Amino acid sequence: MNLDYAFAWSIFPDLLRGLLVTMQVVILGFVLAVLLGLVLAIAQRSSLRLVSGACKAYLSFFRNTPLMVQLYVLFFALPSAGITLPAVSTGVIGLGLYYSAYIAEAYRGAIDGIPKGQWEAARALDFDTATTWQRIILPQALKPMLPVLGNYLIGMFKETPLLAVITIPELFQAAKQVAGMTYRYNEPYTLMALMFLMISVPTSLLFKYLEKRTHV
Amino acid sequence: MSEALHSTAPEPAQIQLTQVVKDFGKTRVIDHLDLSIPQGQKVALIGPSGSGKSTVLRLIKGLESYQQGRIEVDGALVTAKSPSWRWPGSKKPPVVHRVGMVFQQFNLFPHLTVLENITEAPMRVLHVSREEALERAHTYLALVGLSHKASAYPGNLSGGQQQRVAIARALAMRPKVMLFDEVTSALDPELVGEVLAVIRSIAHEQQVTMLLVTHEMKFAQDIADRVLFMEGGRIVADGSPRQILVEPDNERTRRFLNLVEQR
Repeated sequence: MNLDYAFAWSIFPDLLRGLLVTMQVVILGFVLAVLLGLVLAIAQRSSLRLVSGACKAYLSFFRNTPLMVQLYVLFFALPSAGITLPAVSTGVIGLGLYYSAYIAEAYRGAIDGIPKGQWEAARALDFDTATTWQRIILPQALKPMLPVLGNYLIGMFKETPLLAVITIPELFQAAKQVAGMTYRYNEPYTLMALMFLMISVPTSLLFKYLEKRTHV
Repeated sequence: MSEALHSTAPEPAQIQLTQVVKDFGKTRVIDHLDLSIPQGQKVALIGPSGSGKSTVLRLIKGLESYQQGRIEVDGALVTAKSPSWRWPGSKKPPVVHRVGMVFQQFNLFPHLTVLENITEAPMRVLHVSREEALERAHTYLALVGLSHKASAYPGNLSGGQQQRVAIARALAMRPKVMLFDEVTSALDPELVGEVLAVIRSIAHEQQVTMLLVTHEMKFAQDIADRVLFMEGGRIVADGSPRQILVEPDNERTRRFLNLVEQR
């Protein structure tokens, strides 16, 4: 394979712009997914049938339909209902909603893994429910969650080429555009692959480090 | 039966169970139980496994619901209703902590240091200042002989040390009643002594009312003012350690003690 380094360098800023959009969508989407996933995981345990039922319906919908379909619904169906969002926000919401369903399941597993004795010890010391979650249960649930969250973050990152279908100018879209305009494919796609690697590998290392550092 | 011991006490009992019934599904584990314990008394609960001893403790702490009857501690009704949600930062009603409990499996919080395990509840539940919480923690750590382990994590302690921390953690809440649920059953034999020694010193020095479920008959005889023998969710014998453990007139108690002796 022949790579023209001068050409690669000249298209670097275009791809970098795409990468920044990608990272922005992924990071915001991840924050949304982690927070919403947590809310879903806790609400799922609610004794109120309505609340836990609504959670189950949510999880089942978002886990059993393709992300692409969800993005289309958000992007094309919502505006016809009078809700218009910029493409990037739609991407953040789309990724966030989809991954929150998976992350909620992971939280559930981690929370279920906390021994019953921890809840009882908290009760025995007269902790209220919020303090029990905040100080006792979640800090312990987070440790086994870290590698899972790391995997989902990288997974989200790798799903971003899908966002091209809803016109978000992310990395894949940028590389495709360069290729389409110059009829040169090696450089933009190789550079794109390297950029994906440059982000995912350090991210996975970061989560490994965080996991080691957390004391349980 | 217990009236012989405390018939002169005019004040109402600190712990009062009236006709309490507890079912697990179709199994009746507590069967119309009446029990009244005055303040400061040290009570040992003995009996075969499945007789409902631990359930009595869990009921008094509000860890189990019950179907009939009434449980009161210091005149306040005990139920297993979980504490309600509140918004962070909202005004909280003051918590009255009456009952501390120590478990068979220690149940220390593994992500917190020994010191944090002890300071957490006084700070978050009783809202005492950080300094006060630390002072209490150091006092009770000294009492259980573990001052040098303050910054260790529970995972790095032996079972006996973990159980002593659990006792310090419960005491730091200054409870009026302490419940000990088979606290030495999960320990290696050589570690039992250090935990019993701590409980013995608490029994002798503190005004706290104590209820212990134990299989250590010798220990029960040493520290208890009163021994209850349970079977089938009922109290079948109630009296002084001497009456129950040394000269049992109840056939079942005698048989049980013989079995324990043979271990």
